[in-house]
Amino acid sequence: MVRFLVKRLFSATLTLFAVSVLTFLMFFALPRDPVSGMCPKNCNPERLERVRQELGLRDPLITQYAGYMKGIVTGRDLGSAQGGRCDAPCLGWSYVSNEAVFDTIARVLPVTLSIVIPAAVLWLLLGVGLGMVSALRRGTWLDRVAIGFSLTGASLQLYFVGAVLLLVFVYSLRLLPVPSYTPLLDDPVRWASGLVLAWVALAFLFSAIYARLSRAQMLETLSEDFVRTARAKGLAKPRVYGRHALRAAITPVVTVAGLDVGAALGGTVITETTFGLNGMGRTAVDAVRAGDLPTIMATVLIAAVFVVLANVLVDLLYAAIDPRVRLR
Amino acid sequence: MSLSPVEGVALAEIESGGDAGAEKGFVGRSPGQLAWARLRRDRTAVVSGAMLLFFVVVALAVPLIEMAYGIGPREQFQNRLDGFGMPLGYAGGVTGEHWFGLEPGLGRDIFIRMVHGLRTSLFIAFAAAVITAAIGIVLGTVAGYLGGWVDAVVNWVTDLTLAMPFLIIALALTPTLALRFYGQREAVPPAFQIGVLVAIFALFGWTSTARLVRGQVIALREREFVEAARAAGAGLGHMLFRQLLPNIWAPILVSFSLAVPAYITSEAALSFIGVGLTDETPSFGRMIYRSLDYLQTDPAYVFFPGVTIFALVFAFNLFGDALRDALDPKSSR
Repeated sequence: MVRFLVKRLFSATLTLFAVSVLTFLMFFALPRDPVSGMCPKNCNPERLERVRQELGLRDPLITQYAGYMKGIVTGRDLGSAQGGRCDAPCLGWSYVSNEAVFDTIARVLPVTLSIVIPAAVLWLLLGVGLGMVSALRRGTWLDRVAIGFSLTGASLQLYFVGAVLLLVFVYSLRLLPVPSYTPLLDDPVRWASGLVLAWVALAFLFSAIYARLSRAQMLETLSEDFVRTARAKGLAKPRVYGRHALRAAITPVVTVAGLDVGAALGGTVITETTFGLNGMGRTAVDAVRAGDLPTIMATVLIAAVFVVLANVLVDLLYAAIDPRVRLR
Repeated sequence: MSLSPVEGVALAEIESGGDAGAEKGFVGRSPGQLAWARLRRDRTAVVSGAMLLFFVVVALAVPLIEMAYGIGPREQFQNRLDGFGMPLGYAGGVTGEHWFGLEPGLGRDIFIRMVHGLRTSLFIAFAAAVITAAIGIVLGTVAGYLGGWVDAVVNWVTDLTLAMPFLIIALALTPTLALRFYGQREAVPPAFQIGVLVAIFALFGWTSTARLVRGQVIALREREFVEAARAAGAGLGHMLFRQLLPNIWAPILVSFSLAVPAYITSEAALSFIGVGLTDETPSFGRMIYRSLDYLQTDPAYVFFPGVTIFALVFAFNLFGDALRDALDPKSSR
């Protein structure tokens, strides 16, 4: 177990290292002048030159990369124009928003978390539940409704569903306020009412995929011998289906869910754009538009961290769910 | 005992043809023929297939449709808009002349822009699906068959690719590449934008096919016919493309048919956040993005492209599912 974890974390670190190098090369080494975008409109050559100096763009790439990485691990001293000392997880200084990138992330990450976590709970419950029910009631009207639901959901586009939801619930019926983010601890009701449309839109589309997947898995599991054995030895249906069969059927669902949630935590660009919420995804998009390199770097890295961690977590969950899996 | 590749395929035919053949005497039919017969019997497959055919024909006949319709995608009809730039008439200005109405603001015809958008979208999706399938098949078979360090490297690269946030990288790469090749002032031709989109999809999209193929190849690797061919001294190329590949074309075909709608969606999503295609090239994503500004004043504008892209992806998904059922020898339908 411990050995597996160490091995897995080592390969995860290696992946993250590669992502950071690739991203760094992609943005800092490409021929576009990285500074031109991060200077306010009327900026003279001297100021441009100073910004280049302060960002260390005149140094060799390796030095730049090492400096950046050192900043994340131990913190580093940036020039006085960049707010001076930058503490441990130092992600650099953004000339566009004139603040430390870490502060930007700390502000927008809760928005994305607030969108994704409740939505993920919703879509997993709804998707797996629907998939199970339709597998157990195969061929009935319930099954057909569930299949129709999942096919429709899998073909719909988030921005279209979002537009329709906005049109109906916000602009026509006026049941909900225009989506916005309020911190959960400030006002839970406004937090929920401002985000509920995003949850519903995400959950609808994603649960469709999960319903499909878990239905197929469940059908396959139900025809296995161990399910028949469990029934034959007199176990009650709910126990056989809810524990034995579900456990075996859910493994692939966990894999997909890990990837999806991990990717979504790194920024739900489309959702945030559709509902006008300012989370990680919007921040990344805006940073790319403005050529705000330190912020781009930070958002890509954080997104990658989420995906990689989600993968490690999935591997651990496998062992918890499936008794046949031995972690080595 | 050595089986030639031809015999290997023939064996597979007999195996999967067994259950159907038992009903009406023993008629030798290839898996392809069997699947085709099943597909034709499946009502969903026929309907969704007809829908797809319709979309493809429309996309291919764009110049003809434009000629018959008599309106170009960039023509503006400002005289049919009111003082606020909203189209006159009902449902966003739907008339006999403008079937799906006009865009608010610019007053371009929505129908002809959608027909053009359909062509762009289908072209990108098919091109991307073909390229990713090719990359995925090669990497997947090589990794699965050779195993060892090759497998480890391919797996690691797959993990790495999955860890890169696709949308953000795509968003960042497209303008950088355009600047690299065309500079600040020059207009970027649509062909280049389309090429970049296909390249980005190819870069990120091969992972699922590679994983699928790798799994299948690992399952086949230890089978007798593969061993026999290896013992007979077959080369790597022969092993991969003659022995292994013919046995796994069915799942590849299904994944291909489901990849196309996924790329249609991705292209629209990228255009939606403003990468890839500019307003110059008509595209579904761009239209929906623009339409969000007019959600309250002209809801018909979001409706037409939204429903069309849904119908397109829906038809592909239905057809992909039907194809999966038809190709699966275990399925009862």
